[in-house]
Amino acid sequence: MERSRRSFLKILGISTLGLGTLKSVDLLAKVELGEAVYERNPKGLTGKRWALVVDVEKLDEEATQKAIEACHRIHNVPDYGDDEEIKWIWTDKYGHAFPGQEYDYLAAEIEEKPFLLLCNHCSNPPCVRVCPTKATWQREDGIVMMDQHRCIGCRYCMAACPFGARSFNWKDPKTTYWNEHEPPNPTYPVRGKGVVEKCNLCAERLAVGEMPACVEAVKDSKAIVFGDLEDPDSEVREILHERFAIRRKPELGTSPNVYYIV
Amino acid sequence: MYNKGLVITGIVIFVLFFTSPFLIGLVKSGPPPEPELSPKAKLAKQCVEAKEYMVEYHMQMLDEWRNEAIREGKRIYVATDGKEYTVSLQNTCMDCHSNKSKFCDQCHNYAEVNPYCWECHIEPKEKL
Repeated sequence: MERSRRSFLKILGISTLGLGTLKSVDLLAKVELGEAVYERNPKGLTGKRWALVVDVEKLDEEATQKAIEACHRIHNVPDYGDDEEIKWIWTDKYGHAFPGQEYDYLAAEIEEKPFLLLCNHCSNPPCVRVCPTKATWQREDGIVMMDQHRCIGCRYCMAACPFGARSFNWKDPKTTYWNEHEPPNPTYPVRGKGVVEKCNLCAERLAVGEMPACVEAVKDSKAIVFGDLEDPDSEVREILHERFAIRRKPELGTSPNVYYIV
Repeated sequence: MYNKGLVITGIVIFVLFFTSPFLIGLVKSGPPPEPELSPKAKLAKQCVEAKEYMVEYHMQMLDEWRNEAIREGKRIYVATDGKEYTVSLQNTCMDCHSNKSKFCDQCHNYAEVNPYCWECHIEPKEKL
């Protein structure tokens, strides 16, 4: 049979079209769900600008240790005991925590006291500005959050943070630490090698209506108070209205949200 | 056709040679393993969604879950049947599928995929 070039191309075109539709019919036949629905826990705490007020006088050394211990236990923070330490919440001297606000003949009590330090969850966080993958970002409630899934370990955020609140996992915590120690909280993950981690203001606890671990640990003395700065009736606003408080390195313009009553 | 025998043998050898990786794979890997359900998962009868959907799309769902939970702060998943689940691999999925080696690893090893979930997420303790 003789066939013209024209009719051959026609048939070719129609067959390609047919084959194409076959493929899409096949796709349509697959199991499909409607738009997935995700919700927030109605018990979760909501705010616009979370803040902590640390009353240094009420927070003695024992309470400080209690707060640190509670945080590290809940978040499975390893304790390497060397210079590769992982810091979520830690202590340092006044002169190191508040450089520029120290002076000679500082009250001995203040000079020697270990100050409880953690991520300031700045309103203007420099770590967020430099993160190339948005692994760290600012949530609507002000928490400077970390998505460990997305961190590529470039450590720009560590260079940007003026408070030393971020730590890099030089070694794999699972093989170098957690194989010897039981992770204290089996409901919370650990971290992998090559990611940066820091305090997340207990976002996972706020989501189910619980207070941050450090606040909870010293709740009897009310030495650390947690609340929403944008809410004029909140406890933190009340305290700040009555007492004078200082913040770490405010001159850098990051607007830290952890206040210290000295 | 000239040299019929040679040409056809040549073609056969050529086809066998180029499909050899697939053929060897077929023989070596054997039939795909069946994921085993833990007693708890068996009792529940259904996963968060239908079995067929989970088989095909669990990885997309887990990816969505981690983004919704961590980035959007939405930690409750409303399934198609209206049931609500906490969005958590470690606490929800693995609570039922506590037999990771028989439920996850078998197939992942067979298919040579290496999901890095367990570099951070703590796997359930299995009674061996």
